[in-house]
Amino acid sequence: MYEKMKARVNWPITILLFIGLITVAFPLYMTIVIAFKQPTEMTNSISGILSLPAHWSLSNFAQAMELTDFWRSLGNSLMVTVVTVVLCIVLHGLMGYAVGRNKAHSKFYNIVYLFIVSGMFVPFAILMMPLAKQTAEMHLDNWAGVILLYVVFYMPMNLLLYTGYLVNIPIALEEAARVDGASTWRTFWKIIFPIMKPMHATVAVITALAVWNDVMTPLIIMSGKGQNTLPLAQLTFQTQFGTNYNLAFASYLLALIPIIIFYVICQKHIINGVVNGAVK
Amino acid sequence: MKKVNDSKRTYMLITIPILALFVCFNTIPLIRGVIYSFTNFKGFGTYDFVGLRNYMDLFTDPRIGGSYLFTIKLAIAATIVTNVISLLLALGLNSKIKGKTFLRAAYFVPNVLGALVVGYIFQYFFTYILPGLGEALGIKALEGSMLSNSSTAWIAIVIVCAWQSIAMNTIIYISGLQTVPEDVYEAGDLDGATGWKKFRYLTFPLIIPFFTINMVLCVKNFLMVFDQIMAMTKGGPEQSTESISYLIYNNGLSGGSFGYQSANAVVFFIVIVAISVAQMTISSKKEEQL
Repeated sequence: MYEKMKARVNWPITILLFIGLITVAFPLYMTIVIAFKQPTEMTNSISGILSLPAHWSLSNFAQAMELTDFWRSLGNSLMVTVVTVVLCIVLHGLMGYAVGRNKAHSKFYNIVYLFIVSGMFVPFAILMMPLAKQTAEMHLDNWAGVILLYVVFYMPMNLLLYTGYLVNIPIALEEAARVDGASTWRTFWKIIFPIMKPMHATVAVITALAVWNDVMTPLIIMSGKGQNTLPLAQLTFQTQFGTNYNLAFASYLLALIPIIIFYVICQKHIINGVVNGAVK
Repeated sequence: MKKVNDSKRTYMLITIPILALFVCFNTIPLIRGVIYSFTNFKGFGTYDFVGLRNYMDLFTDPRIGGSYLFTIKLAIAATIVTNVISLLLALGLNSKIKGKTFLRAAYFVPNVLGALVVGYIFQYFFTYILPGLGEALGIKALEGSMLSNSSTAWIAIVIVCAWQSIAMNTIIYISGLQTVPEDVYEAGDLDGATGWKKFRYLTFPLIIPFFTINMVLCVKNFLMVFDQIMAMTKGGPEQSTESISYLIYNNGLSGGSFGYQSANAVVFFIVIVAISVAQMTISSKKEEQL
């Protein structure tokens, strides 16, 4: 079977697919060469823009890091993403368990389930103005507020995923533990939480990607407070890049590098997680 | 008996605080948004209730109408472009090719990149690279920047939106194609089905659920487009690329028409719900038929 497949490689399609890859690679190539060049190398013709830089200089990066306070923005982004993912796994996992185990026989839990899941239809556009007010009133116009909002925004999706997964976990496992005298709380942590591991991976990937790349929430909650996430910093400092595109592109590349590294390392988990989340 | 009560209490103790959090930051702001939509609130200071005036004004406001037209045009065009290309790409990536793992991983890259930064990169591409290319090749149509022309700027936005979504949709189509059992094709081969016919009558009906997922994902994401607009055009030129989300953000939060844009947001919310419900009903009917 394997040899039969190997024998019939479809070369025309293979070649077409490699050519098509240019559409993905070109914008990234453009970003890299511009980021390493000096403004004087950017002649008006496109060959001047797109040729390889004469010297691979890191000075644009150093300047961009200083201008956008790169390390602090990176730190903020990392902290917000990690804390959000951990909170989502713990809280949404617990909620998925409580709701998933009861919604079949309890009207209350069924209503809670439908109520939260229908939150998926609420566009951020309608929430953003009241939330900007509300977080300011509650002194949550900072990273803590941003994290809290993420935990709420991704709850509908994650609750759907966790309750869906729970259906496949036989209830007999918990009953056995309960006969041994373990409380519901203990049963969750000792038995259910570890079994839900594949779903934790899916939730972590989807939530992390969404949070890391999100601009709107931090923009509305904490812009002008001197706190930036990595994407928000690009927006905040856009005017200061001016027409120095080399500096701007160095900054964009710096903003893209962490997620590209993450993707290269956990590529398989990321693709699986994203597909699982969408298909379920 | 004590056991049952203990577990009931635990379930409640888990549910109530998390539900309260959800109500506090989702339900309450939603209700507040609806309330603001009946006022002339500027975002600060005092305000009065104005009844349905905001809603009446919405329907005669050309700027609102323009933003709906643009957003819907973008959503339809980008959904079609994305799904056609993704499906072709998925068929290619699912056939017997060399370097399959690498190609699949590489085509997925745009999906993990942030839309705002991607928007900035493409803004440069459309402003300098593409006109430069047009000049070098002597193609008149490309010589001006697409983004500075109010009749072509939306196409640039469609391209950027599609560039990122194709990555995601392709992977979903591939996972759909993998559910099609090999013997279906073998049976098809016996009946002499080839090429388009094979796709139309064998493959496509079997991946309809994945087609539905992609349609729903696309339409919803494109209707809420924001980052790309923020990065590339800021709604211009001449408000020709002002998406609904961008208009609400721009005029509602910094433009002083908080109440009025709240009414816009309420209408937008109803539109999103209506489209989502319609899509799901249509697609579930289609699946039943098959």
